[in-house]
Amino acid sequence: MISTDTDILSLAEAWTRAGRGVALATVVETWGSAPRPVGSHLVIDGDGNFQGSVSGGCVEGAVVEEAAEVIGDGKARMLEFGVADDAAWKVGLSCGGRIRVYVEKVN
Amino acid sequence: MDLAILAALNAERAARRPAILVTAMEGGAQRLVKSGEFAADPLADLLDRQLRSGKSALVETGGASYFLTVQAPHPRIVVTGAVHISQAMAPMARLLDLDLVIIDPRTAFATPERFPDVTLLTEWPDAALAGLGLDGYTALVALTHDPKIDDPGLEAALRSECFYVGALGSRKTHGRRVERLAAAGFDEAAIARIHAPIGLDIGAVSPAEIALSILGEIVATLRGPRRPPA
Repeated sequence: MISTDTDILSLAEAWTRAGRGVALATVVETWGSAPRPVGSHLVIDGDGNFQGSVSGGCVEGAVVEEAAEVIGDGKARMLEFGVADDAAWKVGLSCGGRIRVYVEKVN
Repeated sequence: MDLAILAALNAERAARRPAILVTAMEGGAQRLVKSGEFAADPLADLLDRQLRSGKSALVETGGASYFLTVQAPHPRIVVTGAVHISQAMAPMARLLDLDLVIIDPRTAFATPERFPDVTLLTEWPDAALAGLGLDGYTALVALTHDPKIDDPGLEAALRSECFYVGALGSRKTHGRRVERLAAAGFDEAAIARIHAPIGLDIGAVSPAEIALSILGEIVATLRGPRRPPA
């Protein structure tokens, strides 16, 4: 059972050592009632497999999509999700909170 | 993130050592700050604050922002004595998210019926503690009143980096304990690490109140002094 954020970091290391393209997403800031605390991780591989969570399911799909870009060009990105950002992002947090997620490649 | 940095972070965690990954939000430069390197780091004050809180955070300093991935080992309390106070302490520690290990070779005391869902070690402290490995995120609490059980635990704690060492007993009992520890070769500074009388002075009477005062003192020691708001 992969449950804690520290397990996710071990998994990120294992996936990278296995030769998979890997991105690590981290919640770096939250406002309002965000579902997952700052420091929560999601690890994503080049095939779109992922473990962990940054929002409890609301925005993982968008993070996984963006992670493919990060794995492709190696450039880290800052993503922001929330009800105030519906114009920028098609997905939002139903709880009304806002989060910023940092996505970086592991290599 | 460099794989070597990620591997080093994971290795520190596995060894129950604190570490903080510092990521510059502009440019993404990263460094891992390990135990023993915190004070010399340019962000020493911020690292210390986050380490005490045990939480990752985005911080701003000198016009730059950094994300601190904080990896603090999970704090735990090791108690010698499967006694009435430790029975009260068990559910309180669970609520506080503190791991609890109770050591008592007296199997009449250390029963699963008296301590449901608690890690119970029915060995002598010497044997039990050798397997646990006391570290800077461990508190040692001696509650038996019996030097045969309490003293080996206290001696192991004083030789370790335990963040908290406490022993139950009256001033007279503690006076005799100090004499025994001095005879065993511990100097005044080492013996002074022992919180005795144990616990915050809240006038605790019942076992639950004493457990509360001990846990209050442990949390205060773990989290450190209150700082004025930034």
